[in-house]
Amino acid sequence: MTDPTESAPNPPPKPTRLAPIVTLDAKFFWDAADRGEFVGEACADCGKLRFPPRPMCPHCHSVKRNEVKLSGRGTVYTWIQPRHPAPFGFKEPPIVATIELEEGYRLVSNLYDIALEDVKAGMPVEVFFVPTMGNHQVPVFRPRAK
Amino acid sequence: MARTFREAAIAGIGATEFSKASGRSELQLAAECSKAALDDAGIHPSEVDGMITFTIDNSDEIGLCRCLGVKDLAYTARIPGGGAAAVATIYQAMALVNAGLCNTVLVWRAMNERSQYRFGQPHTQNLGPQAGNGTGSLLWCMPFGAQTPATWESLAAQRYMQQYGVTNEDLGRVAVAQRKYAATNPAAWFYGKPITLEEHQSSKWIVEPILRLLDCCQESDGGVAIVITSLERAKDLRQKPVKIVGACQSIPYNVEVISNYYHADLSMMPEAEGTAKRLYAQTGMKPTDMQAAMIYDAFTPQVLKQMEGFGFCKRGEAKDFIKSGGIDIDGILPVNTHGGLIGEAYIHGMNSIAEGVRQVRGTAVNQVKNVEHVLVSSGMAGAIFEKV
Ligand SMILES: [Zn+2]
Repeated sequence: MTDPTESAPNPPPKPTRLAPIVTLDAKFFWDAADRGEFVGEACADCGKLRFPPRPMCPHCHSVKRNEVKLSGRGTVYTWIQPRHPAPFGFKEPPIVATIELEEGYRLVSNLYDIALEDVKAGMPVEVFFVPTMGNHQVPVFRPRAK
Repeated sequence: MARTFREAAIAGIGATEFSKASGRSELQLAAECSKAALDDAGIHPSEVDGMITFTIDNSDEIGLCRCLGVKDLAYTARIPGGGAAAVATIYQAMALVNAGLCNTVLVWRAMNERSQYRFGQPHTQNLGPQAGNGTGSLLWCMPFGAQTPATWESLAAQRYMQQYGVTNEDLGRVAVAQRKYAATNPAAWFYGKPITLEEHQSSKWIVEPILRLLDCCQESDGGVAIVITSLERAKDLRQKPVKIVGACQSIPYNVEVISNYYHADLSMMPEAEGTAKRLYAQTGMKPTDMQAAMIYDAFTPQVLKQMEGFGFCKRGEAKDFIKSGGIDIDGILPVNTHGGLIGEAYIHGMNSIAEGVRQVRGTAVNQVKNVEHVLVSSGMAGAIFEKV
């Protein structure tokens, strides 16, 4: 932690990334992200994971849900770089990717610490969090050793 | 009134001009194209008794009725799914006529999506989940910079391209073929403006490494309307009737319109395969029965995936089919002979349905010889039109 009495001539720039859109059924996911935790939703009766979050299990139709901690590990499934028009909230175009999680489903996120031309299908990645406008966080990914 | 099954047919098509700045309201575009389609059919506008459009069309049914003087509307519906469900308007209209619930169904789509709002720009104004547009997961894309139709499409298309070694140059051949059609279509935005593969390959990246500028449809202003009635009645109207042999939709589990990343295998298109299976079962027809196809092409990869989904070639073979001239006017299956959404205009797929009608009537500017059947697909809905 920085001593608050120290002068800070270069405060970190304010995040420009759009804050997540929080719906009642996905609030648990974003609340966890704000705490720096990567979680999923499992049926409290049959145990099956599901994404995107939803109020009923499509397998057993239970409405009971459990928040489960995920490993944060996955592999790259697809990846692109939006060039034109520039995406809102980014100084440099991000790499957008669909990540296949170890737990068996995909989500859309960003890849960090790698150039577009170096990304490969199936590349192992791990989660970390970056700030957004409105003091929130979203999960993003970077390469990890196998 | 007693209801009995009646065959359905398309009796009229109509459109406004296609532009970048219509200079009038979307409701006016809707009214003009509707009047044109009803005039084409020879039906007085007051007789419309069914109306169908997209959930995302901004014109109100009652507003349009007040323009046309519709005297007693029996049924209205809107289809979710944007352009991917464009052909769903046709099966709904068919079903209403089949069931004897309506006699004159008007389908329309009109928009100023270039001059009034920018469909291709980041959709950061509509961030929240919206029911009825068939794509509720866009909120899981927005904070990550996937904010435009081109990015959403690319994230899925890349898996297909990886699986089958499809390159951006392969996609370019779709654009070149369609711009060639558009070049001889006076109604097309790109009339008189064909492109070469070199021009395609030197156009800027919209989404690297999937879509270049020339892989993308136009943001367009304009309206298209289609009038559906019974085949029996259509025979006595102004135009040669175009029979709707069959029409259907398929939305398999975990598939959605555009933030479509959650089904098992993104290298294939379950919604197109599902629609094809249902459509061929419904009609007893097969891909080789078609002399032409109009295939939804907001972006070039969609043409390849649907050609495979509808069985015009095997999975992964569309690129070779196209490279060998298969979709050209003298090819095995001419595709998007008006220039498609890429070459003519992006009226959300409805202008491609109108081209299917013209091909069956024999009145297309790029007319295919001896057309008996045309398949029209918008990805998750399809129809087969027949010459009577
Ligand atoms: Zn369950």
